[in-house]
Amino acid sequence: MDMNVKKKLGLKEKYALMTRSLGWETSYEPMDAVFPQTRYEGIRIHDWDKWEDPFRLTMDAYWKYQAEKERKLYAIVDAYAQNNGHLGVTDARYINALKIFLSAVPSLEYNAHRGFARLGRELPGVGPQIACQMQAIDEIRHAQTQIHSLSNYNRFYNGFHDWKHMNDRLWYLSVPKSFFEDACTCGPFEFIIAIGFSFEYVLTNLVFVPFISGAAYNGDMGAMTFGFSAQSDEARHMTLGLEVIKFMLEQDPANLPIIQAWIDKWVWRGVRLLSIVAMLMDYMLPKRIMSWKEAWEVYFEENGMALFKDLARYGIKVPDCVELIKKEKDHLSHQAWNAFYTAGKMTNFHTWLPTEEEMDWLSSKYPDTFDRLYRPRFEHYREMEKQGKRFYNTTLPMLCQVCQIPMLFTEADDPTQISYRQVTHQGDKYHFCSDHCQHIFEREPDKYVEAWLPAHQIWQGNCFAEGADPGAPDFDPLKSVLDYWHLVYGRDNLDFEGSEDQKNFAAWRAQATRN
Amino acid sequence: MSKVFIALQANEDSRCIVDAIVADNPEATVNLQPAMVKIDMPGRLVIRRTSIEERLGRDFDLQEVQVHLISLSGHVDETEDELTLSWDR
Amino acid sequence: MHIDLRTVAITPLRHTFDHIARRIGADKAASRYQEGTLDIQPSANLQYRPTWDPAHQLYDPARTAIVMQDWYAFKDPRQFYYGTYTLARARMQEAAEAGFDFVETRGLGDLMPDDVRRRALDVLVPLRHVAYGANLNNVGMCAYGYGTAVTQPCMYQGMDHLGIAQYLTRIGLWLAGPAELEDGRSHWLGDGRWQPLRRQVENSLVVKDWFELFVAQNLVQDGLLYPLVYAHFVDRRLNAEGGAAVSMVCAFMNEWFAESSRWVDATVKTAAAESPANAALIAGWLAHWRGRVREALLPVAELAFDQDGEKVLDTVTEAFDARVAKLGVALKEGGHV
Repeated sequence: MDMNVKKKLGLKEKYALMTRSLGWETSYEPMDAVFPQTRYEGIRIHDWDKWEDPFRLTMDAYWKYQAEKERKLYAIVDAYAQNNGHLGVTDARYINALKIFLSAVPSLEYNAHRGFARLGRELPGVGPQIACQMQAIDEIRHAQTQIHSLSNYNRFYNGFHDWKHMNDRLWYLSVPKSFFEDACTCGPFEFIIAIGFSFEYVLTNLVFVPFISGAAYNGDMGAMTFGFSAQSDEARHMTLGLEVIKFMLEQDPANLPIIQAWIDKWVWRGVRLLSIVAMLMDYMLPKRIMSWKEAWEVYFEENGMALFKDLARYGIKVPDCVELIKKEKDHLSHQAWNAFYTAGKMTNFHTWLPTEEEMDWLSSKYPDTFDRLYRPRFEHYREMEKQGKRFYNTTLPMLCQVCQIPMLFTEADDPTQISYRQVTHQGDKYHFCSDHCQHIFEREPDKYVEAWLPAHQIWQGNCFAEGADPGAPDFDPLKSVLDYWHLVYGRDNLDFEGSEDQKNFAAWRAQATRN
Repeated sequence: MSKVFIALQANEDSRCIVDAIVADNPEATVNLQPAMVKIDMPGRLVIRRTSIEERLGRDFDLQEVQVHLISLSGHVDETEDELTLSWDR
Repeated sequence: MHIDLRTVAITPLRHTFDHIARRIGADKAASRYQEGTLDIQPSANLQYRPTWDPAHQLYDPARTAIVMQDWYAFKDPRQFYYGTYTLARARMQEAAEAGFDFVETRGLGDLMPDDVRRRALDVLVPLRHVAYGANLNNVGMCAYGYGTAVTQPCMYQGMDHLGIAQYLTRIGLWLAGPAELEDGRSHWLGDGRWQPLRRQVENSLVVKDWFELFVAQNLVQDGLLYPLVYAHFVDRRLNAEGGAAVSMVCAFMNEWFAESSRWVDATVKTAAAESPANAALIAGWLAHWRGRVREALLPVAELAFDQDGEKVLDTVTEAFDARVAKLGVALKEGGHV
């Protein structure tokens, strides 16, 4: 045979042979037994072959490019550690943002890893299967590169030391934990709309791009490197998210209302989750490139809306919650920081008051709200600090049954009124931070009554240190709960001012600048 | 028309990629941010292999873009010769 | 002002994370494999029941009958985390690429005797589908298994099988063309000699106990198929008959099998050593699947070796039994427990 007469295959054709032509319709076992999860959500797929592969990476190319990324990444991580790069960050307060990142994000990535592995096994079409498998393996990469990059910070600073234990237990970390466990316990189609579309496509740019660019701006090459390196995979994931939603909508018009309900739910769940990112950007980066509000406008209002405009041809509508989000964007970061500042005894990171200069920056970015509503509050706390009475809230907050965030958001049109909703379900009362969380509960009450709400669990006595005796006369419940979290009082928590981190950073930096 | 964008890490290779994109998409706006370059373009943005190769002085596989990629928006269409982002279909 | 931070000698407050220190001691630094693996799966206060499996929690050790006191007792001897895994595979793919490049540019496929090329295609091309089944099975073990120490390498194993399916596809394209892949597929779907193996693969796709599936797929099926096809058929028979070019492009599979078997063995050994109950379960699964896989492979062995098929399969089985004998699992002939 003459090799030269063989037609050169195009990328698309070749990729189809490398992927979808591997599958077959089983006959010794029914397809429904091989792929048992595809029917119960009501999504109708008639022809998996209509799937369009977004990126066409075969495994050999995947190994090659990913290994190159890993080589670059770990070279920088090593150099950064060897050169004590942590002493080059703008200000030790910044490191607290990384503590939140480590205790929240690798576990999200891990859940995404396992969730996409399930889809990589359960979706009947080979094209989407393989795309999900690649995402599954990428996600464990993200978890690990984050852990490895931040590992060196743990050697020198407090608050990082038991991130995994805390992720499963510490009060505020139930917000990201419940978000992802909610998605992972969904059927495969809802999972991919939740994570692949609503989270990856619509929202992750807000986590990584401005925040990681911010890390770079604050001298943190370590965080910048893993952030951008992870983001390079994210582009593939986002494209998968978009492809999947188009595919599902094109397969059957009956899919539209189901998908619309999922988008409404998961955009809202995602936005609530990002409250903490809003606070990170506005309050925890000593040098700031853009405010949360600006990032929101670029990445959600501009890019996100372009996407919804495109999906309008299928009948997809912009989720209702967007109206509320628009109103909340002027308040979110301030309310969140206020909550964490006052809960500073129960956090694995330090909190502080913004400086005068920082407050001026905030008022320039939030001219309608900051000076009127939030500056006075911070000035009041400053007065208390001056009198030696730094304010700490020592009571447990009431949590929203769905997003699990403390009731800290205000009514859209009245910033002096906490937003609060209540529903009675089978004789029990449930509380919500918003109409949207309430609606999510009402659609699936059986799911959300199972939520593990840290504040409730503490009241029920389920979060005391191992072997503790709550009946003992000298029993100190707060101390016992901190022990349960493995939170070290006086080292991990309290104000940045006077912390061991602050002293060490200053001493080490001083050491570096003299002979 | 809705904008599409692509964001790349700022490094030696991506400098050539950015140059190629700007040459092939005259309406593109380049936005420099710490450690990253974001390129916005109304409607449709095309990245051509040959344009990058001219600037790099070597063969270039368009899938290599992924090594430097931070984010993008729009529908992706990828062939050996072009990577296209667009909202118009 | 430039600060030369390197000149600062500062004493770290701790060497590693507490959850690692609780396992290895607080006095030393942990490896990247350890920090990227140990305990990183969520394990407490799990929220909501999976709608796709309400009988279990999201992460639940009860999805297999195997019982472990500590699921992080499993260890991948290759110490693969994502970085070391991709670097290892990138090196192997570079060699594989060089192999394909060598045989393609020199037209070595055309120099092969027609009957040898035909036989290579007949045996190798339908195996794309077997590798794809192995991919699904391992990705499923990653999804439903318990503890990152064992689920993580299952993910890598799954992607490896996809890579192998794609290399087999390239072999078909190199030696013949796209139509050959269609032919191979119709053999897989309809040719009597492939049906026992297809039945075996489809049966494995509905196994619910993920550790049983591990034994069926990674220990037994791969353990018999890879030596049969890549060591005996490709490297010996095809080599001897002028098909050395095929063995060049199958170097990946041989190297991969030798390497991944170390992990498969370590995993089975650890589970069996945990308790007599585990060892008995594994022995039962092993006996069951060993018989089934042998039966399924016999017609493939005959396709590869004609009347010597059974003899070669016996040789492969003997070597497999010797391998298994070192894992602490009794080998019983015959049926399912």
